[in-house]
Amino acid sequence: MIQVIVNGSAHRLEAPVNVRALLEKLEMAGKKVAVERNGEIVPKSLHPDILVEDGDCLEIVVAVGGG
Amino acid sequence: MKDPLVIAGKSYGSRLLVGTGKYRDFAETRAAVEASGAQIVTVAIRRTNIGQNANEPSLLEALPPSKFTYLPNTAGCYSADDAVRTLRLARELLDGHDLVKLEVLGDPHTLYPNMPETLKAAEQLVKEGFKVMVYCSDDPIQAQMLEALGCVAVMPLASLIGSGMGILNPWNLQLVIDRLKIPVLVDAGVGTASDAAVAMELGCDGVLMNTAIASARDPVRMAHAMKLAVEAGREAFLAGRMPKKLYSAAPSSPTQGTITSSRSKAA
Repeated sequence: MIQVIVNGSAHRLEAPVNVRALLEKLEMAGKKVAVERNGEIVPKSLHPDILVEDGDCLEIVVAVGGG
Repeated sequence: MKDPLVIAGKSYGSRLLVGTGKYRDFAETRAAVEASGAQIVTVAIRRTNIGQNANEPSLLEALPPSKFTYLPNTAGCYSADDAVRTLRLARELLDGHDLVKLEVLGDPHTLYPNMPETLKAAEQLVKEGFKVMVYCSDDPIQAQMLEALGCVAVMPLASLIGSGMGILNPWNLQLVIDRLKIPVLVDAGVGTASDAAVAMELGCDGVLMNTAIASARDPVRMAHAMKLAVEAGREAFLAGRMPKKLYSAAPSSPTQGTITSSRSKAA
């Protein structure tokens, strides 16, 4: 078991997964989102390659209405 | 395009930029944006609600980025670091789109900009290749500093965000407009159409607003009013207003040929 923080909340995962797999698990596959891992942007093209590991801190964001 | 607003080398026919917050739903957002004629729309970047509303409609569907120029903002950021991180995420989210609105707030009560952090963030963002439109105080010296850092537009407040108090210090705005070569847009404080017209008459290159439209009783109608006000103010600025005089001994109608002269003869 590993633990990661996604958008400020703790999530438990069986094992390290890549970013794409994590998005699928969180029901965000195919949605227009941007991902930051430990303060660094994870470009969309690298979602299948970058592994989410124990203790990682992720931010997943969308565009919303605002001024 | 007649008299375009040019920002970072790109021309826009509309000088009104609008926010997309505080509307009832995306349908109203879309209707108001269309009535305003705005081509540039601001959006906020926020965490997704994990596990909730997977099929919720998204802003990107209501206002397709193919039809509108998105201006992602850093609303809610109180430090340069948070603002820079937010806009890096925005650029990733919007497929490399680099025109952004930087705002670093000073306190949650007034939402007044924190200028030292704003300058720090602007410098970093320009270094990273962003085209930075920056919300700022109406201090002409700091506005010049932002221009020197390479920002593509400065956007001083007319009064506090969401206040609707209008243009409280036209003299400072005038100084900013006079001193800068890059576009100057009023951002924040506009309450009604006349405020937008006054901003344009002062020589602002554009106006950015959200609450004045979204919080009107009829937002779509107010959006249209703002479109007309910005156009009218711009035309008045270009036409060049008459000088102000306390009184004038020059009436608009001819002083000769009034009937009072013939009547006095008959008598």
